[in-house]
Amino acid sequence: MKKLTQEFSKGITVLNPTFGLILGLCPTLAVSTSLFNAVGMGVAATFVLVFSNLIISLLRNLIPARIRLPAYIVIIATFVTICELAIKAYLPDLGKSLGIFIPLIVVNCIIMARAEAFACRNRVLPSIFDGLGMGLGFTLGISIIAFIRELSGSGSIAGFGLFKGNELILVMILAPGALLTMGLLIALTRLLGITRK
Amino acid sequence: MRNNLLVSTSPHIHKKESVKRIMWLVVLSLLPSGFAGVFIFGGRAFWVIILGIIAAVSTEGILQLATKRRISIFDGSALLTGLLLAYNLPPDVPFWLPIAGSVFSIAIGKQVFGGLGQNIFNPALVGRVFLMASWPKYMTTFSRPLSYDTITSATPLAALTEGKALENISYLDLFLGNRPGCIGEVCILALLIGAVFLLLKGYISWHIPLTYIITTGIFAFVFGAKPLFTGPWLANILSGGLILGAFFMATDYVTSPLTYKGQIIFGIGCGLITTVIRFWGGYPEGVSYAILIMNAVTPMIDRYTRPRIYGS
Repeated sequence: MKKLTQEFSKGITVLNPTFGLILGLCPTLAVSTSLFNAVGMGVAATFVLVFSNLIISLLRNLIPARIRLPAYIVIIATFVTICELAIKAYLPDLGKSLGIFIPLIVVNCIIMARAEAFACRNRVLPSIFDGLGMGLGFTLGISIIAFIRELSGSGSIAGFGLFKGNELILVMILAPGALLTMGLLIALTRLLGITRK
Repeated sequence: MRNNLLVSTSPHIHKKESVKRIMWLVVLSLLPSGFAGVFIFGGRAFWVIILGIIAAVSTEGILQLATKRRISIFDGSALLTGLLLAYNLPPDVPFWLPIAGSVFSIAIGKQVFGGLGQNIFNPALVGRVFLMASWPKYMTTFSRPLSYDTITSATPLAALTEGKALENISYLDLFLGNRPGCIGEVCILALLIGAVFLLLKGYISWHIPLTYIITTGIFAFVFGAKPLFTGPWLANILSGGLILGAFFMATDYVTSPLTYKGQIIFGIGCGLITTVIRFWGGYPEGVSYAILIMNAVTPMIDRYTRPRIYGS
């Protein structure tokens, strides 16, 4: 049990995908303009991560090593398709604003990395906890970035406008703002010792 | 080229140059342009400059205190950054704008990389580009010169890049600074006084400014107007921030190439990018972006222009 909680918590702290491993940057930088989108993206990626880890871990002794990457991609793509159709059916607004970034979860490097580095050589239960922890860590990372960017760039939190006017820092919701926020947060987490130095 | 380097046995005489002295002399050489700017645009420009300097110096001090490094706020480099940033602002910006720009310049443009000598981009230009991207409304509102009120008007450069002829503005006006523009860039005469001082003292070499200005002139002549080879090259050189950028910002020691050959490549590159942005880009002025892009290329230029070791 102790080992399972460790597998779970490492994805949130030491090996946080956003601030520690620095993986999955495309969605992190592109979708973090608003908190709502970021949480949606994080939950979608967590869903795919948990189930792809589960299936890959189950099949780890059946998949031949030479074709393992195509096999992983087929498994991941299955869950991404489920996720995409579900979002389009039940949360059409979110689907519209996330757009191409939902199908692109297929090639999200966090999911590929966990399949390749963890799920293919560990048993089912640790793999599920690893996927959950990594997914939550990713959701947390992208949400923190989105919170800062949305508040300073559009003056709102998750769509609720707090203040408006010319004094908002426009650059924060543009591409450079994502990189700036991300860089400063990586520096901060390392300074506080949350991720490795 | 005459060989000035004579290596002899000791004792060697130490020349009294230091980073501190050079920085303060560069600040001194920028003063005429500041006086001209304040004279042309009124007292508000003075306060923009002062606020930019105070914010830059105090940010540097606070960050060095917080990270427990040596406090170097009197070496003039932070002051120079604040001064150059303020020179790159329109005179009627709200007073918090130079402060925000200076804080960003020093914190993100300089201290994040480890302080003076470590920054890959010119800090003042980083600040300016940040302000331009964040508050474009304030950064592109220019008041008329010598009127001391906020009647806005287009800069000559905006008219030039739209392909219009310059009306009511003579070359003499452009040279003396009687035009809308940023505080420190308008008076070419004052800028040239400072530039000649720096060139004569040997603190900057002619390679970057001259190639930069000539390249911009040639490209403006070729592509500046509809039939090729009829462009208003002189107006293009005298308007915008070209002279300020070429002499005082492109020549920054930290972010420009080391060898003369590299500096010539740097200058030509700056000129090319400036004209491309002016004529075909989304912004009317391209000097700051051109210098920043060439800053990024500087390590590569340095690698490929490394002098041959004698005898190899």
